[in-house]
Amino acid sequence: MASLITCPHCGARPKEEFSVRGAAMPARPSPMAKDEAWHAYVYIRDNPKGRYQEYWHHAAGCRRWLVVDRDNLTHDVFGVTDAADFVQARGIE
Amino acid sequence: MRYSAYSIFKQALSGNRLWTPAWREPEPKPHYDVIIVGGGGHGLSTAYYLAKEFGITNVAVVEKGYIGSGNVGRNTTIIRSNYLLEGNNPFYEFSLKLWEGIEKDFNYNAMVSQRGIINLFHSDGQRDEYARRGNGMRMHGVYAELLDREQVRRMMPYLNFDHARFPIMGGLYQKRGGTVRHDAVAWGYARGADQRGVDIIQHCEVTGIRRENGVVTGVETTKGFIGCNKLALAAAGNTTTVGRMADLELPIETHVLQAFVSEGLKPVIDHVITYGAGHFYISQSDKGGLVFGAEIDFYSSYAQRGNLQTVEHTMEEGVSLIPGLSRAKVLRSWGGVMDMSMDGSPIIDRTPVDNLYLNCGWCYGGFKATPASGFCFAHLIARNETHHVSRFMRLDRFERGYTIDEAGKGPQPNLH
Ligand SMILES: Cc1cc2nc3c(=O)[nH]c(=O)nc-3n(C[C@H](O)[C@H](O)[C@H](O)COP(=O)(O)OP(=O)(O)OC[C@H]3O[C@@H](n4cnc5c(N)ncnc54)[C@H](O)[C@@H]3O)c2cc1C
Ligand SMILES: [Zn+2]
Repeated sequence: MASLITCPHCGARPKEEFSVRGAAMPARPSPMAKDEAWHAYVYIRDNPKGRYQEYWHHAAGCRRWLVVDRDNLTHDVFGVTDAADFVQARGIE
Repeated sequence: MRYSAYSIFKQALSGNRLWTPAWREPEPKPHYDVIIVGGGGHGLSTAYYLAKEFGITNVAVVEKGYIGSGNVGRNTTIIRSNYLLEGNNPFYEFSLKLWEGIEKDFNYNAMVSQRGIINLFHSDGQRDEYARRGNGMRMHGVYAELLDREQVRRMMPYLNFDHARFPIMGGLYQKRGGTVRHDAVAWGYARGADQRGVDIIQHCEVTGIRRENGVVTGVETTKGFIGCNKLALAAAGNTTTVGRMADLELPIETHVLQAFVSEGLKPVIDHVITYGAGHFYISQSDKGGLVFGAEIDFYSSYAQRGNLQTVEHTMEEGVSLIPGLSRAKVLRSWGGVMDMSMDGSPIIDRTPVDNLYLNCGWCYGGFKATPASGFCFAHLIARNETHHVSRFMRLDRFERGYTIDEAGKGPQPNLH
């Protein structure tokens, strides 16, 4: 994994400043969605080898939730966006 | 060939020239009763018990690398059964009992060493939690002791007892816990399975699962198609990749865990020690190297290498617990990719595909489970019935609300 993560708000920062929440690909279902949809959201993971979007928290910086777009085999980082922008771009909520 | 003191003596007289390979290197047959994907500890022990306990010998273990190249040869070798929950404790205790007889059973020296494991606690709350776990163990008939600070000091005087932030207050001690030589476990099971007719096919990657009318008929591999009546998956960190070939949707995320070994030292650490204020654990190998590790790297990873941040963190935890460690030099470090499940517990179960069986979700505690996992998985495959000690380890437990969350962390795999 890269040792520097470029936070859209703070610039290039050491990885130690961030904590990792987990996969950002599963989209949160509506509150009234069926149990199956919630089960899939909470427990089932695509877990692909390769391109991966993950929630990272800039805990020792701006404290914003971010989405790090990266490759989990080569560890290339393609981009980092604010989680709010990521969710808006996906068109949910 | 049976290994014994006599065989060593006899071979020595002939200059050790007559030893034969411990297992064959067969080409795959066109069809098997059972194919097991993954020649790690769990795949090999499954094959061994299928042949030995359940009489099914027309079996192939298909491994993409060489056996032992996965996590079975990368772990920190700790075995124990100090679990709290009903879904876990009897299973891990069954495993520990199998470890206790394993070397005689498969006629191979696996260097099982019951040197005792101690989980240190550093606060009143943590002591209460460990006391509860110890009581849980004793209610399952598994012996555990709660040691106070002075008892721990007599056993391990080199620990940092007067740590300003995390003083050592005592520990939960399981005398029967310890370590096992991990490669020897893979080799012992491989040899035992091979002797009973199992084909161990190395350097053969499974690239597809062929299904007809909703059942598996065989696997596509880099050595061509191999047919089977039953297919069993034991691919650890690559479970999702293999499972996807049969459209399985799994509660698994793949993460990397690192391990470290120091230069060889004289005997200094006699037990397995875990640090309650972090996640550090350490023991000393028979060669003298200190073997240790700590947390996973926290981000999803399929790469068998970790990040320097975790290296630094592990060293800091180690020196915080054992100040003398700062003088030892680290010789090697490596990583292994693990199948982290959503509740931190494994799955040994059938799948929506009738003759496809699943063994996964071992997180970073699957080495100690190797014998029981193989035994229960073989039981399931052979009889189509769950072994009673693995009956909680179901694939559908997440949707049914029966997760086995030993650490109480919730559905976040990187925290288990
Ligand atoms: C650094 C580290 C430390 C650990 N420490 C401990 C410990 O102290 N105690 C403990 O109990 N557990 C520990 N573990 C966990 C334990 O090692 C694993 O849970 C366990 O080894 C997993 O089962 P396995 O042995 O079958 O896996 P593996 O040995 O990884 O076997 C899986 C095999 O499947 C093969 N495979 C994958 N895909 C394919 C395919 N498509 N075709 C063919 N073959 C394939 C792989 O090559 C691999 O050999 C640790 C793990 C790591 C990484
Ligand atoms: Zn920031």
